[in-house]
Amino acid sequence: MKTFIRATGNISPQKTLGVGPFLQNLVIQTGNRLACTEPDYLKYIDIKFIRRMSRIIKMGTAAAMECLQEAGIKNPDAITMGTAYGCLEDTGVFLKKMAEQNEEMLTPTAFIQSTHNTIGAQIALLLQCHNYNNTFVHRGFSFESALLDAMMLLEENTAQTVLAGAADEITDASHAILSRFGLYKKEPIANTDLFASHTKGTVAGEGAAFFLLSNQSSATDYASLDAVYTFYRPAGTTEVERHIAGLLQQQALSLADIDLVVCGNNGDAKGDTVYHALDKTIFAQHPKAYYKHLCGEYPTSTGFALWLAASIIKNKSLPLALGHAPFGNIKRILIYNHYENIHHSLMLVSAC
Amino acid sequence: MYTKNAAVYVAGVGVVSAIGNNTAACLQSLESGTAGIGPITSLETIHKNVLPVAEVKLTNPELSAATGLPATVSRTALLGMKAAKEAWEDAGLSHLLPLRTGLVSANSVGGMDKTESFFSTFIKNNQGGRLRNVVNHECGAVTELVADGLGIKHFVTTISTACSSSANSIFYGARLIKHNLLDVVVAGGADALTKFTLNGFNTLQILDREFCQPFDENRRGLNLGEGAGYVVLVSETVAQKIRKNLYGRLSGYSNANDAHHQTASSPEGTGSYMAMSAALSLSGLQPKDISYINLHGTGTYNNDISEGTAIRRLFEAPYPKMSSTKSFTGHTLGASGGIEAVFSVLAIKHGFIYPNLRLQTPMQALPFVPETLFQKNMTVNHVLSNSFGFGGNCSSLIFSKL
Repeated sequence: MKTFIRATGNISPQKTLGVGPFLQNLVIQTGNRLACTEPDYLKYIDIKFIRRMSRIIKMGTAAAMECLQEAGIKNPDAITMGTAYGCLEDTGVFLKKMAEQNEEMLTPTAFIQSTHNTIGAQIALLLQCHNYNNTFVHRGFSFESALLDAMMLLEENTAQTVLAGAADEITDASHAILSRFGLYKKEPIANTDLFASHTKGTVAGEGAAFFLLSNQSSATDYASLDAVYTFYRPAGTTEVERHIAGLLQQQALSLADIDLVVCGNNGDAKGDTVYHALDKTIFAQHPKAYYKHLCGEYPTSTGFALWLAASIIKNKSLPLALGHAPFGNIKRILIYNHYENIHHSLMLVSAC
Repeated sequence: MYTKNAAVYVAGVGVVSAIGNNTAACLQSLESGTAGIGPITSLETIHKNVLPVAEVKLTNPELSAATGLPATVSRTALLGMKAAKEAWEDAGLSHLLPLRTGLVSANSVGGMDKTESFFSTFIKNNQGGRLRNVVNHECGAVTELVADGLGIKHFVTTISTACSSSANSIFYGARLIKHNLLDVVVAGGADALTKFTLNGFNTLQILDREFCQPFDENRRGLNLGEGAGYVVLVSETVAQKIRKNLYGRLSGYSNANDAHHQTASSPEGTGSYMAMSAALSLSGLQPKDISYINLHGTGTYNNDISEGTAIRRLFEAPYPKMSSTKSFTGHTLGASGGIEAVFSVLAIKHGFIYPNLRLQTPMQALPFVPETLFQKNMTVNHVLSNSFGFGGNCSSLIFSKL
């Protein structure tokens, strides 16, 4: 069964929300933390709601609203979303006050909004949408699980339209903690130089991306999402190759049917060896496009990657910013990403 | 390939809660009417001796010894492993491996019990605090400790929809089987008591300072609990290969959103009504077919009138028997759907109806009264299990006798 991507809404460090040139004017930030380019939220959310919302709730909700506006849909049949970290800012606020105030004189707002399902719930509340609503919180599989849920709902015909998305934020606390785990580069770097560094670590990223998926085609679809597949802790390159071959076989495709591979390289010398190994084997002949210099690394960055693949097919163009000379006739894109070499995922996107 | 009418069976169950460290012990407490609620002993908090909670009576070192996980990991992972291991061993599928096996788990705050101890040092100095205490902060990290412990690799994910989390994980697991993506799914959830949650619920002023009284006219709030509950779901093909008695099948499920308020339920119980009626519709059952409702029944003023109103709207006299087992286990949040799913299939298997403890004055607005006595040798054909949560997330499961 085909799943059609009817509309998107993507808030990222780049100017990706709504209509505009497709990755022509890049946002360049130096450091190891790529913050989102945020929109004027008043365009999307009632001011009385905005005041209470933390940054990630605003980003998630606005991306969802942009997506629904583009689709011309007021009330989707289901809402599924993924977030690895949930609402970190509110979690941090409540934790800090709890410690500093010795559990006294605490107020509920930060606690209420720290719940992982807050974004999905806020969208439902704003839309008065009583339909299926689910939130996945599994690290580098969060978005993929939400997409799989959406695709199953469409195949079951439980839903004809699903709003599916992902959101994760960087906070000062999460950046400090993840830095101590050695995730990010020690030296300042412009994001556009990410792949030239060949040093340890990557650049922190964040974003909120939503998609209106349907089991019915429409005249304005971006592309179709043919498959989502995850695999956990593969033993090595051979196992990665086996999973990729297995997915293609299940879709009755061969490697030659893939016009472009969107790869999740993040500039970390060690982590990228996983991709480099495939560059020498199964992807040796394929044009490759990269995206994490645009959005940074975070567990739900595949939301950005899906937006990118869908947009390449819709716009029939490969922006220069992706690291490959433009070429035409891109009909089928395979997205391959791994997070920390634990969570590996594949998404297959094709022209309708 | 999706098969709408494909059966999904429960082949194994595992539970750890304040009323018992395993299924048999929990059943014994349910039969004897022994609640697991008492004063706080494990958390270092100013609410000690003020707010009663339902603690699992095993220390982290004891859970470590029982599960093989290090005692230093999040208690949520230790509780999850304890119950998931029991469920997995109960199902007895090892001789059939390899099967396409998944773990779909749930929790509300991941490794928060460790994070909160890290944070008290970290806020003074952001280079302070032991990293091993935040390495498993994420909800998914807790699930992975259990997946790795069980050797499950084919598929793993985590759901967090507040108090309905593990009801959603159970039926997501069932759908993965119906879509022929997996043969076996260990599904449920776990949550340990944390200061974060205790203080959070306390700010909402919905914690009872006495033992909770779900569905009582004079109810005052809920008692938080901790624990884990998992079922092992199997496909028809796998069910035919195992010789053991199956517990029943998951015949209906649904998820709806109340879309009323971030934490409060609508007075008319819109979301809960929709979840229950859609679950009935999927199972092909009529309201009168339900033998027993395992209520969400937290004991808060708001939940019980909302849920009760939805039941009144959907069912008619004679009403099914019903009770809230949270009067025994406390509200275990992300684990509650899993624990109550286990209790539900055990009710079917053994013909049990569980009591609703401490019910003194039935709610005047409702035309039915929950059961107050343990009953055995009953015919329990279909059990409806409700789980409703913050964010308006409402889910209902229906388990049926084979």
